[in-house]
Amino acid sequence: MIPRPVGRVLHACGLLLVLGFAVFPFYWMVTSSLKEQTDLLASPPVWWFRPTLQHYNDIFADRIVTQAVLNSMIVSTCTTLLAVLLGTPAAYALARFEFRAKKDLWFWFISNRMISPIVLALPVYILARQLGMLNTHFVLILIYLTFTLPIVVWICTDQFRSIPSDLEQSARLEGASQFDIFWRIYLPLGAPGVAVSAIFAFIFSWNELLYALVLVSSQGLKTAPVVATNFMSGYELPWGKIMATGTVIVLPVTLFALIVSRHMVRGLTMGATK
Amino acid sequence: MTSTVSPSSAAPTEQQIDRTKSAKGRHNPGYGRWTPFWFLAPAVFALLAIGIYPTIFALVTSFRRYNIARRADMLDGYPFVGLYNYTRVLTDQTFWDSLFLTTQFYLTVVPLQVALGLGIALMLHRPGFGMLRAVARVSLVVPLATTYAVVGLVGRLIFNRDFGVANQMLGWFGISASDWLGNPTGAFIAIAIMDIWQWTPFVALIFLAGLSMVPVDIEEAARLETKSHWALLRYVQWPYLLPGLTAVLILRSADVLKLFDTVFVMTRGGPGSATDLVSIYVQRVGFKIFDLGLASAQAILLLVLTILLSRLYIRFFYREIER
Repeated sequence: MIPRPVGRVLHACGLLLVLGFAVFPFYWMVTSSLKEQTDLLASPPVWWFRPTLQHYNDIFADRIVTQAVLNSMIVSTCTTLLAVLLGTPAAYALARFEFRAKKDLWFWFISNRMISPIVLALPVYILARQLGMLNTHFVLILIYLTFTLPIVVWICTDQFRSIPSDLEQSARLEGASQFDIFWRIYLPLGAPGVAVSAIFAFIFSWNELLYALVLVSSQGLKTAPVVATNFMSGYELPWGKIMATGTVIVLPVTLFALIVSRHMVRGLTMGATK
Repeated sequence: MTSTVSPSSAAPTEQQIDRTKSAKGRHNPGYGRWTPFWFLAPAVFALLAIGIYPTIFALVTSFRRYNIARRADMLDGYPFVGLYNYTRVLTDQTFWDSLFLTTQFYLTVVPLQVALGLGIALMLHRPGFGMLRAVARVSLVVPLATTYAVVGLVGRLIFNRDFGVANQMLGWFGISASDWLGNPTGAFIAIAIMDIWQWTPFVALIFLAGLSMVPVDIEEAARLETKSHWALLRYVQWPYLLPGLTAVLILRSADVLKLFDTVFVMTRGGPGSATDLVSIYVQRVGFKIFDLGLASAQAILLLVLTILLSRLYIRFFYREIER
């Protein structure tokens, strides 16, 4: 049996270790983006150095990274809006209506999460090629719905179920139409859940690489993860610029995620824990 | 259309159940028969158009000779060749190797993620150091939100032979430096470590949710009974952790089948075929060799595997679906 004070010390050390483990690669990326080239290539690596914003100046000076971030913004925002627009009514129906095959429909929605993007990337590539839609943001926005829509449906169904249904009953007695009930009761009252689901949809589309890699190849339209990946060719890798780009990509979504951290698990497990 | 019967009240009274039964589904729930349809239609049609239609298209393509880099295929109008692509996949040693490697990867990372995740969850659950615990718990979100491609970029820097911090840290323990991404074992370990970093928090948070389901008075009573953490875990907390564990095992297997971004950025499947996981291989056949017929057959097999997994998942978690 471990004595109590020792146990407490071990507990504190363990917690610090967890903290360090969780943030270390992130920390290393951010600090590397602030190192001068000589510090970056120092062997062994240096932990204390004089920070510089040189790499950020570099990436914002050349249009590629800013354009890519803008492209990612466009694609993620559009697909998120579309997913909320299509997903919230469906979530309302799943939360409040009884109908045949409801269970199967629900399964179908959530099992979309498990499908590998490579399965859809191939046929979508061929179809987009035939339709002349390769190299457009539109095709990305549409294909991103395959994972953003289920997230929105799942989180919003959960949220809408928690709204007391007598509100709906009395509104109905007052003669409100079904759409009014959805629009004036469920959307406003479920707004927190809708917002969380939108943030999720945004994070997942922001982080997506495979579809963006194969469906969009013109430089001006590439999304941020693709551009970051493209730095990885040639012999002399511009590590400072790469890490600065990585930081620019990751920082906003990490902040978002920290805001909704309490909902993060629930969204990711899609019902594994109740 | 009005009704006093709520279609969705949390606990229907017996009277309501009787009424539903006797009416054989014809009772008036307060909304039209087609109302659910109109609310669902946009989402369902969108998913049909962007999810199901391409899947069917992939199925059709998998029966054709469809290499867009070969003129002959195009001139022949991408002819149907029956099960030709499937026999090619099933006899393709590289495909089996990549599936085997994917399984090996799963068997390497998941036990470690479960063990570490459980340890972290227990530490976060244990009382004391409220502030530090809260910060540590929130910090777990960072790996989960990090763009997978960027995880790969950072991995390449950390595991760099000359100026990587991994070698430096090993040096503190007297272990000599190695060229991680340049040799097969090293590359496999490197991508496994990045995966463990990114997904252990997910496992930990699921277990933490399970631990918080244990009724407080039961846990308190058990703590009075025994001083052994092991007994507490084994006999009191374990039953609450089991559903989460099953979820982890199934979801992670689907994730490993999907795993692409991090590995693509870190190693592109190399060196040799040391990290050639199945999605990396299928991507290469489709978009480097441009044999879309063959790649589609591979993708369909992958899909079948995924559907089996998701059925399993659903069997475990939705046997009694939440209404």
